[in-house]
Amino acid sequence: MKYELVIRNGLVLTPDGAQATDLAISDHAILAVGGSFDGAEEFDAHGAWVGPGLVDLHAHFREPGQEWKEDIRSGSEAAAAGGYTAVVAMPNTQPAVDSGHIARLIRDRSRQVGLCEIIPAGAITMAREGAVLSHLDELWEAGVRVFTDDGDSVSDTGLLRVAMEYLTERGAVIAQHAEDRSLAAGGHMHEGSLSSRLGMKGIPAEAEEVVVTRDLALTRLTGCRYHVQHVSSARTVQLVSASKAAGLPVTAEVTPHHLAFDDAAVGTLDPSFKMYPPLRSATDRDELRAALASGLIDAVATDHAPHSAFETEVPFEEAPRGVIGLETSAAAVLTYCHLDQVSFFDRLSVTPARIGQIDRHGRLVAPGEPANLTVIAPDEEWTVDAFRSKAENSPFRSLTLAGRVRATVFEGRLVHALVT
Amino acid sequence: MDQPAMKHLLSIADLDRGELEDLLHLAGEFAEVLERPIPKVPTLRGKTVATVFFEASTRTRLSFERAAKALSADVMTFAPGTSSVIKGESLKDTALTIRATGADLLVVRHEAVGAAARVASWLDCPVINGGDGAHQHPTQALLDSLTIRQRFGKLDGLRIGIVGDVRNSRVARSDIDAFTLLGANVTLIAPPTLLPRDLEGFPVSISHSLDEVIADLDIVYLLRIQMERGSGPGLPSLPEYVSRYGIDRGRLERMSPDAVVMHPGPINRGVEIAAYVADDPRALILDQVRNGVAVRMAVLFRLLGAS
Repeated sequence: MKYELVIRNGLVLTPDGAQATDLAISDHAILAVGGSFDGAEEFDAHGAWVGPGLVDLHAHFREPGQEWKEDIRSGSEAAAAGGYTAVVAMPNTQPAVDSGHIARLIRDRSRQVGLCEIIPAGAITMAREGAVLSHLDELWEAGVRVFTDDGDSVSDTGLLRVAMEYLTERGAVIAQHAEDRSLAAGGHMHEGSLSSRLGMKGIPAEAEEVVVTRDLALTRLTGCRYHVQHVSSARTVQLVSASKAAGLPVTAEVTPHHLAFDDAAVGTLDPSFKMYPPLRSATDRDELRAALASGLIDAVATDHAPHSAFETEVPFEEAPRGVIGLETSAAAVLTYCHLDQVSFFDRLSVTPARIGQIDRHGRLVAPGEPANLTVIAPDEEWTVDAFRSKAENSPFRSLTLAGRVRATVFEGRLVHALVT
Repeated sequence: MDQPAMKHLLSIADLDRGELEDLLHLAGEFAEVLERPIPKVPTLRGKTVATVFFEASTRTRLSFERAAKALSADVMTFAPGTSSVIKGESLKDTALTIRATGADLLVVRHEAVGAAARVASWLDCPVINGGDGAHQHPTQALLDSLTIRQRFGKLDGLRIGIVGDVRNSRVARSDIDAFTLLGANVTLIAPPTLLPRDLEGFPVSISHSLDEVIADLDIVYLLRIQMERGSGPGLPSLPEYVSRYGIDRGRLERMSPDAVVMHPGPINRGVEIAAYVADDPRALILDQVRNGVAVRMAVLFRLLGAS
């Protein structure tokens, strides 16, 4: 019989470890691993890693409301090119994802495009204004599992407690953009010697740490699952570590850019290095790398934040927040953190899928599993020069990275393939 | 000089001591030109200087325009309130448009750090930083250095105290770079909330008490206290600030007899500087303004005169 798709010569990550073999796919599923197959379509991996499709807990697709920056089609194309088969889309759209119908709109658009699965995160408060709880039940029933006011912390401690208590029963996770508003007010970069020299207002690492400290106390109080978004400081890692040791249901993510760079990069005053939380010291960056390698930080999340050229052709302080990341994430992690195959797919697929409760993704390669896969040549060097995203605000632009996504399989279909 | 000719003037930190002294020497010569009956030379005839000020200015814009005209250059004036910036034009497109209109050099003042440097990266002509946020104001540092040299002959070994809101001051950052490059010893005098958060990279001493150090200073350089912010973040109240860091008759009397008071303007008479002090011969405030024209002639000449 002929399979729909055969991937040849992969180093395939199975539940029993990596195996150099072929695999066969039909009807959205992996049907066989190892053996001699014929495929209607075939892809030769030339010895590259084959593992579960990457899962991003943190991206901004700007639809609905800001489609000049990105939309669900261009964002899905960027995800596929970056090896991602599932992406949690942040709720800071216009309008915000605070009600069931907006979450359903995003899911429906994602299915129409059909290049990856997009699961909306839901806002914790209406319009992300921090005042009134959003329609938590509607959102849950629309498939939302991650709740966050990303971009802003929920600063009202009593309100956050109510949200956490309410969602504990559902099993949802609260994800926090940890940034104390008054400590961070007016800041554009890490507070340190460079911000002092530049005369730019800084954001101390403590702006993140005070919010995480408070939230971990609420996690103890409510028992709700809690996830720290884009950890930037070494002391935040220590806080998370201590809470995990105490048995609290806490997880954390780190972005590729916080692993790659430190605040010295802001000296260029290129808005491609402007993000919140800001790039911190080299010591922080080294601690983040070590914590990802050890698993203290559970997952890599891109915080893919597209902005148009006209918005970034301005001085650093006037530029909007955030940088794109879906297409460079795998390469950046491999270049700066040197993870082995098991750890790589754990931090970029298996664990984020578990945190986000994304059932059909993040599963090691075995017969019967959904065919959501990524093929990555871990040592292949390439220079970042063009993007499928509508935006180009990448800190990795024109850098040479090691580790290249050669193919992405979404629900049994080859949605991205580089031919040699 | 061994180095390639200066392309822009964006930060004092981009200059070495030789380049800085060359500009001061040239400015001294232009100061003499300005004393002539017809204070004008034909050096930059046919050149066009655009002043592109996104922020309010009296001294800097006027003295750049006077400097350009004294060199026989033409001047274009850009003001954001009457331009397409209010229609949403980006800084890049605004800069490209001004260049395409025929400007040979742009003087850029902007409230954001690095704005002039961004403009310089987009254009194929010289750019002068006329002040970018709290970062740099290099021509202010040049005119301050020239004023000090005229009074003391040199800066080497002088003890200069910079008093006030250093944290939010581009004048302070530029002056620290220039004064220390020229061999002066700089002390920053302010409460902790008005000093840079991290002093690594600032070759200065620190004092929190003007009274403790005032008798040892050759120059007391007062920064403007930003009245428009009220007491603002970082100060309990204006009267408390004035009582600890303002210059009144009593503090003037405790200064060394040869010591002088400087201020970048605009001054708040009666706040950081008593009216009596502002009008005292030991206050060099109007010398500073006068020298602003000469140093800007020197910079324009260095950037446009060679071609």
